[in-house]
Amino acid sequence: MSSIEIIVFGPLLAAIVAGLGQNFIGKTAAKVITTGGLFLACALSWPIFLGFLTGNEKAYVEPVMQWVQSGALKFDWELRVDALTAVMLVVITTVSALVHLYSWSYMEEDPDQPRFFAYLSLFTFAMLMLVTANNLVQMFFGWEGVGLASYLLIGFWYKKPSANAAAIKAFVVNRVGDLGFMLGIFGVFWLFGTVSIPDILAAAPEKAGSSIGFLGMRVDTMSLLCMLLFIGAMGKSAQLGLHTWLPDAMEGPTPVSALIHAATMVTAGVFMVCRLSPLFETSQFALNVVTIVGATTALFAATVGLVQTDIKRVIAYSTCSQLGYMFFAAGVGAYGAAMFHLFTHAFFKALLFLGAGSVIHAMHHEQDMRYYGGLRKHIPLTFWAMTAGTLAITGVGIVGIGGFAGFHSKDAIIEAAYASTAPWGGYAFFIGVFAALLTSFYSWRLVFLTFFGKPRWAQSEHIQHAVHDDHHGHDDHAHDHHGTHDDGTAGYHPHESPWPMLVPLGVLTLGAIAAGYLFKYDFIYAEEGGTAFWAASTLYFNEHLIHAMHHVPLWVKLASTVAMLTGLFTAWMMYIRKPGSAHTLAGHFEPLYKFFLNKWYFDELYNLIFVKPAFWFGRLFWKGGDIGIIDRFGPNGSAAAVGLTSRLAVRMQSGYLYTYALVMLLGLVAAISWFMVQAR
Amino acid sequence: MNAAELPILSIMLAVPLLGAVACLFARAEMARIIALTATLFNLLLGVWLWASYDPAGAQWQFVESAALFGPIGWKLGIDGISLLLIMLSVFLMPICIGASWRAVTERVGLYMASFLLMETLMIGVFAAQDLMLFYIMFEAGLIPMYLIIGIWGGKDRIYASYKFFLYTLLGSVFMLLAMLWMIQQAGTADIPTLLNHDFPPEAQTILWLAFFASFAVKMPMWPVHTWLPDAHVQAPTAGSVILAGVLLKMGGYGFLRFSLPMFPEASAQFIWLIFGLSMVAVVYTSLVALVQDDMKKLIAYSSVAHMAIVTVGLFTFNQQGIEGAIIVMLSHGLVSGALFLCVGVIYDRLHTREISRYGGLSINMPKYALLFMLFTMASVGLPGTSGFVGEFLSLAGAYKVSTWATLIATTGIILGAGYMLYLYRRVAFGEQVNADAAAMPDLDNRELWLLAPIAAAVLWMGVYPESFLAPIRRDVATIVDRIERAAPAGDSKLKEHDKTTAKYRVQAHGGEHDKKAEGAAH
Repeated sequence: MSSIEIIVFGPLLAAIVAGLGQNFIGKTAAKVITTGGLFLACALSWPIFLGFLTGNEKAYVEPVMQWVQSGALKFDWELRVDALTAVMLVVITTVSALVHLYSWSYMEEDPDQPRFFAYLSLFTFAMLMLVTANNLVQMFFGWEGVGLASYLLIGFWYKKPSANAAAIKAFVVNRVGDLGFMLGIFGVFWLFGTVSIPDILAAAPEKAGSSIGFLGMRVDTMSLLCMLLFIGAMGKSAQLGLHTWLPDAMEGPTPVSALIHAATMVTAGVFMVCRLSPLFETSQFALNVVTIVGATTALFAATVGLVQTDIKRVIAYSTCSQLGYMFFAAGVGAYGAAMFHLFTHAFFKALLFLGAGSVIHAMHHEQDMRYYGGLRKHIPLTFWAMTAGTLAITGVGIVGIGGFAGFHSKDAIIEAAYASTAPWGGYAFFIGVFAALLTSFYSWRLVFLTFFGKPRWAQSEHIQHAVHDDHHGHDDHAHDHHGTHDDGTAGYHPHESPWPMLVPLGVLTLGAIAAGYLFKYDFIYAEEGGTAFWAASTLYFNEHLIHAMHHVPLWVKLASTVAMLTGLFTAWMMYIRKPGSAHTLAGHFEPLYKFFLNKWYFDELYNLIFVKPAFWFGRLFWKGGDIGIIDRFGPNGSAAAVGLTSRLAVRMQSGYLYTYALVMLLGLVAAISWFMVQAR
Repeated sequence: MNAAELPILSIMLAVPLLGAVACLFARAEMARIIALTATLFNLLLGVWLWASYDPAGAQWQFVESAALFGPIGWKLGIDGISLLLIMLSVFLMPICIGASWRAVTERVGLYMASFLLMETLMIGVFAAQDLMLFYIMFEAGLIPMYLIIGIWGGKDRIYASYKFFLYTLLGSVFMLLAMLWMIQQAGTADIPTLLNHDFPPEAQTILWLAFFASFAVKMPMWPVHTWLPDAHVQAPTAGSVILAGVLLKMGGYGFLRFSLPMFPEASAQFIWLIFGLSMVAVVYTSLVALVQDDMKKLIAYSSVAHMAIVTVGLFTFNQQGIEGAIIVMLSHGLVSGALFLCVGVIYDRLHTREISRYGGLSINMPKYALLFMLFTMASVGLPGTSGFVGEFLSLAGAYKVSTWATLIATTGIILGAGYMLYLYRRVAFGEQVNADAAAMPDLDNRELWLLAPIAAAVLWMGVYPESFLAPIRRDVATIVDRIERAAPAGDSKLKEHDKTTAKYRVQAHGGEHDKKAEGAAH
């Protein structure tokens, strides 16, 4: 077995053993097998990635098994390893291994742990199948596989109605995107006669001048195919319009949010656009749409993130917004920068989510930041980890010297948008800078509300329960709690998380600090490494754009830093200097505040135009169509016409059977005698 | 030993028939054992048949021929398509017997005999090479089904079997007349000969419509589908399994065996009708499935939606579409059969099909929940399961013919996810609200043995469908060759160097970047 096969199929095997064999091997063994499998996969992935960085690895395809062959349509199970895959391999296996480890403590009290770990490993397998796909259908397999795992994990606590609703929503909304993806694959197949990715990319430029029929219209061929595929990417990566499932997905356990809904699965859309970048490069229209959708999502999600109070939802909207950055980077042609941001984002966003999990763990499942405050002293390690994550996402650094991960990747995107000649580059640039301001504000707001100020825990029901239970458990020292806590703590003592949770935080903190600086040359610089690195992949690396990026004016380079400082300062003013001013401000701009708070009313709108009508039409077709029309004028009508209704019950049991047999028999007799006559 | 050395098809018809006669005179326990033995033996014969079938050999294999009376002959023989449908029948049959093991306690002998008789007739339908023989098997197959619903069915079995009867009768009368006319015209009832007989186009139209009347009801296609939900709801579990698993496939088989190759011009002429009805069916019945409170009705409506994908696939006139349609038929046979068994499992415990009476079954029935999830996902068409391969190929084929039809039919993947996951949520997730449902025990060994083989087959077909595509490849190609002359042009025609859409393209790539880069450098 080659190492790539172990990386991909190891987690599948672990998932099957842990999931189906949990009763035989026990809880601990299930956890050991899955976690061990992922650490092994991770250990095998880094050498591949480093091999591509140093130029020692060559891209190759490892055949596994035949899958489908139908006429000219042929696709097999195969594992493609190239530089683009290698980036995803380390992202997926590293974050997944750390999340597995983290879950040992986070899920400790859950009775269903083997199932949880099996799902996590199953997810990892599907994600790996997605990024190693050499044809569009295997990519679709991974695409739907991660959708299944996401569905199972969002609904992991399946007794909760809200978790079930969120799980279904995630699956169904993703399927809307998948409809586009599937049609895209069909279109690609009939145009190119293949679904193999390298073959399509090679053939794409030839077809660039053509038009094709679609739904009775005549459209530009490549624009159509790219748009259909991009609809799939929009669903998986929660872009504006198909984003509604992502915030709700926070119903799942927090390690799931870190792995699936921040670091890996949601970036699949970005990966797809980068994987197929030579295809997208044949359609200016598609690139424009990618840019506009990406930039608008970056702005939209950031505005909603400003006002959310649930710590996980703030980070979820932040993810949605950062994915928007990645898309508009791809849209303006900076695929290397998009992948770079995907890479650094995986580390610092997983860090933020796992840090949030650590806070939630310490705060007895309270997720509302309004009831946090002053946690810095109680959970200092979590505080420092979250701070590192925030420094990374807001892009703290000094131009010309270096900085945290996001400083390198996000600023590269903003510069690329400015440097690009793409028609919508300017739009993307201004939104990118403005959204950076908003990002800085909501990220620091999160830190300030959680770790600074005075504790506001007393109002939290979760904390009240915890304290209450605690008193009943330890009656001997109950007396020093009751009624004596006017400091807002309600007598609750948050504890720092145990080491299986702190180790992943530590590792990811290193990533958030250094991932940008260490790898920037290979991802986004041309001669310094990028050209050679990306040459071993399908990614379209635009050297001209890279050169243009080096020569953007200084104000452009400083713009995002200024935006970051402005956001930080505003957050500091509103939440540390003058606590309560946020409330006043919200009062001043109430309609806007409500609009953001209610997430631009997308859920309400969709409910009104899709969900409710679906049920309404379902009932109409059933009661009105099937029963009211078809049955009434069909079988019931004919029964009435021949006056059978009253006698039906009596005659049915035996009568009709004989009638039926008789009709058949008579028919046959007639037929045979007719032939006898004919034959003569 | 090669199965071709024996009249294996006649043996496979005779085994269940003899079993049926024996069951009539046996006591309950004995009848069960006879039925199980006979069906398992036939399954073994089926495996042998499959192993002996040569995908590269003659088009028709295991051919048997004997004169009966007049123009009717005892002619049997199979190609790959028949082979797989026979395999589906013999595979599901022992499972049906097992599913009825304890659920049926009255008139067991007659019940088992009905099932065995049905097996004979089903194999006969797929193996018949004589038009009249086909007709007899095709129509007579309904009698045991009719008995099963009418005698061992639920409360409203009378109404259900009446509807079943009325619809089918109407269709088959037209088909019989058409067949007689064909035999008279072509001078033979031999199906392989008729497959290459060119009927005049004007006659084709009438003949096609006559066959359509019968097959559309069997599929069933919208709007002649309303017998199906009632029949399913009233039928005992095993009856539903066979109805959804095999009987519904007879319509698709009929289109494939008769309508397409015998009347290619008429088939092309009626694509609009088939696609139109199928598009309506996908959306309409999926939405109806969404609002059902009765589990069996929900799955029955979902069957109509899935069968619409089959009809779309069949009338694409290309290899992908037709192969896909056949795989959907096989997959749906397994998956909907399994879903009806899943309903049966909990129906046996609580005696209700009302969805709201259940809930939280994941807690007390984890094995059940896992298998039910697998079949739900297969029904939804998740890649890696059988549902995906067929759906994907049929819709891929359809894209060539009509992008509109493909778009509408593909919405089935969204709606299907909606109603199936909504069903699963209400049955298996949530709190345990009903004490009696919460007290139900998990699958016992017998139930596990019924569902596990289907689960294995579903995954096999999803991961390595080549086993199922290889036998039908050549036969589908033969049909495609035959009907190619009438194939529609499709609405996704390519036009090279079209200037009207030029504004959407990247012009002179890289040049502009060059200029800007240089300009900045200087």
